[in-house]
Amino acid sequence: MTTSTITVPAPSRMRQRAGTPDSRPARLRRRLAQWGFVAPAVVFMLLFFGYPLVRNIVMSFQHYTPRTFFTGAAPFNGVDNWAKVFQDALFGQALWHTLVFTAGSLLGQFGIGLALAVFFSRRFPLNELLRSLILLPWLVPMVVSGIVWRRILDQDTGVLNSFLGALGLDGHIPWLNSPGMALLSTILVNIWIGIPFNMVILYGGLQEIPGELHEAAALDGASAWRTFRSVTLPVLKPVITVVLVLGFMSTVKILDLILALTDGGPADATQTLGTLTYQNSFVQLDFGAGAVVGDVLILVSAVFAVFYLRANRTEGK
Amino acid sequence: MTAPTPTAVRRGRSSRAVAPLAILTVLVTGAALTGCGRQRDSAAYTVMNSSTDETYHRWDAQAMARCGERLGVTIEQQSVPAAQVMTKALRMASSKSLPDIVQFDASEMPTFADAGGLIDLRRLGLSTGNTPQGIINFGSYKGTYYGAARSVNTLALFYNKDMLAQASLKVPGTWAELRDTARKLTRGKRYGLALSAGGAEDGVFQFLPFMWSNGGDENRLDGPRVIEALDFWKTLLKDGSLSKSTVNWTQADVNDQFMAGNAAMMINGPWQIETLNTKKSLHWGIARIPVPRTGAGSVGPLGGAVLTVPNTGDTAREKTAGRIVACLSGEREQLTYALNSWMVPADVEAAALWRKRVPELDALAGQVAAARSRTAELGAGWSSVSLALQSAFQSALTGESSKAALTSAQQRATSGK
Repeated sequence: MTTSTITVPAPSRMRQRAGTPDSRPARLRRRLAQWGFVAPAVVFMLLFFGYPLVRNIVMSFQHYTPRTFFTGAAPFNGVDNWAKVFQDALFGQALWHTLVFTAGSLLGQFGIGLALAVFFSRRFPLNELLRSLILLPWLVPMVVSGIVWRRILDQDTGVLNSFLGALGLDGHIPWLNSPGMALLSTILVNIWIGIPFNMVILYGGLQEIPGELHEAAALDGASAWRTFRSVTLPVLKPVITVVLVLGFMSTVKILDLILALTDGGPADATQTLGTLTYQNSFVQLDFGAGAVVGDVLILVSAVFAVFYLRANRTEGK
Repeated sequence: MTAPTPTAVRRGRSSRAVAPLAILTVLVTGAALTGCGRQRDSAAYTVMNSSTDETYHRWDAQAMARCGERLGVTIEQQSVPAAQVMTKALRMASSKSLPDIVQFDASEMPTFADAGGLIDLRRLGLSTGNTPQGIINFGSYKGTYYGAARSVNTLALFYNKDMLAQASLKVPGTWAELRDTARKLTRGKRYGLALSAGGAEDGVFQFLPFMWSNGGDENRLDGPRVIEALDFWKTLLKDGSLSKSTVNWTQADVNDQFMAGNAAMMINGPWQIETLNTKKSLHWGIARIPVPRTGAGSVGPLGGAVLTVPNTGDTAREKTAGRIVACLSGEREQLTYALNSWMVPADVEAAALWRKRVPELDALAGQVAAARSRTAELGAGWSSVSLALQSAFQSALTGESSKAALTSAQQRATSGK
């Protein structure tokens, strides 16, 4: 009972007390109390989000090497790191791969996820069992799925090619072995991983749509497709925004899956910004260059975070 | 103020609630920060290594127990995954909590030494009288001996005795013979040879014996000798003797293929022997990696880890750490470790004893004696060359010409410096 009154003080009471002798210290106390409640969150954010973020940006302008860990000295070197990263042909490739990977993954995950969510929102036998089975990829750690898929996609001994061969199709597809195919294969695996997340959230959103809306549409003589387009999709929009933005954030920084599947290869065909920053920082131990790529990733994510917040704000009104 | 109004009561309570919250925040932050500066336990000495496999962890624990007893100290083992040893050690250096001894992969040691993180082992009283020059170089950076090797390894040619006998083929000794034998052994789902050209250090490690035996130089990746070596790999792939998946295989994958009978021969290292021996029906033999021409030397990369003493500033502890390293890398412990792990002892006398005990691995001992360290020429610059080389042989094996791939690799390696 106490907390609720403090966070939402009745305006009438505030006006009443204005002008009384003890109003100033009282207001001060109230302010203090408000800040006291906000403080833990603020300290947490500053410590675990603000500091690393600022540190990473500063680091991208420093000559930061293994020696720095001993001497603590990391001299500023202007835009040297940035110039080095942007001149590297690999950066352009990695940026392109990241965009293709993200767009492809989101398209596939969302499309199939939405289709499945609509499918499961009907009543039919075994619905719940099937729905829980589809969740399985979500429960498997990313690295484990990566390793298993690497075996499945093996050109000679992989299950997928054997299966295709048994069906009389081309059973020699170089899924992960050809630079032309590897990126597509990683996208396909990532779609498989992302479907459950998309399906679950969209399914939840569909359950929220009042049945009367569909009923009304049916009474008006709308076809199934028309109902989906004019009733389901608009009502589902806030959920769709959340799914796409969260999906984007987790896909654009992809690292573990690619390391497990291809290690960025063959011939750098699956290098993304995530693997590039890993390679710079933890293989070459050039932490300045790694930080630059990290900054680019943060920037890309930040742009989308802004979209997300704006979309959320308009929904809130 | 007389009788408190209901609001005042509420406020009073709330400010009382604020204080503990604020204190809690401070405490949590404080605890989080103090966690970084962990104090060293004075009684026990810590060794950080990458022995995360149960067997290796156990062998190391036993060796440390024996040395601890001999020296009258307690030695604790802390094992982290191999890829994390360097970054973890660097983080520990910045928080002044380095362990007393770190076991680095020999190709990583120069980076840590270059940063000023290691102590000269000779200054701590380690003798190198019985150590071959090649092994001293293996543990040295810019002429200073920082790392004591317990055992070393390199790559060799493993072959399936039954498959060779069935086709009445001899073990190949030259590239031409290797090509011929591999082609003849390729049948149905079985490939003649398996090797790793994966996009990590594994693939580079496997390319080096071909590059070095042919006289190639890591300072000139676009040199004709390196191009020839890569062309030889391409030929094997074009013949169909190598699987197209080669570019995606790690050395462990190669071993799986060999064990499953999908490959009649493979390039691999002695660390796989433990796994190979679990399959009783598999009869394998081991030979030197074939050379370009008859009579040429087979030069492989020297692999293995070295024990180092990090610079902690505590001279007394560093001295004791030096004695622990001396004990762990002493002749007796080397032999025990080598026999357990199938690696070759670094020490001359231990290696001679080891040869008598495991004559079937004689080829390996010969290969080790001629092997070279990856960082001998490039030191801390190895990682850029390694990355450039990975990308080059993967491009070449998937279509590009060896010359074009290696030319851009050389450009990338030079710009990375």
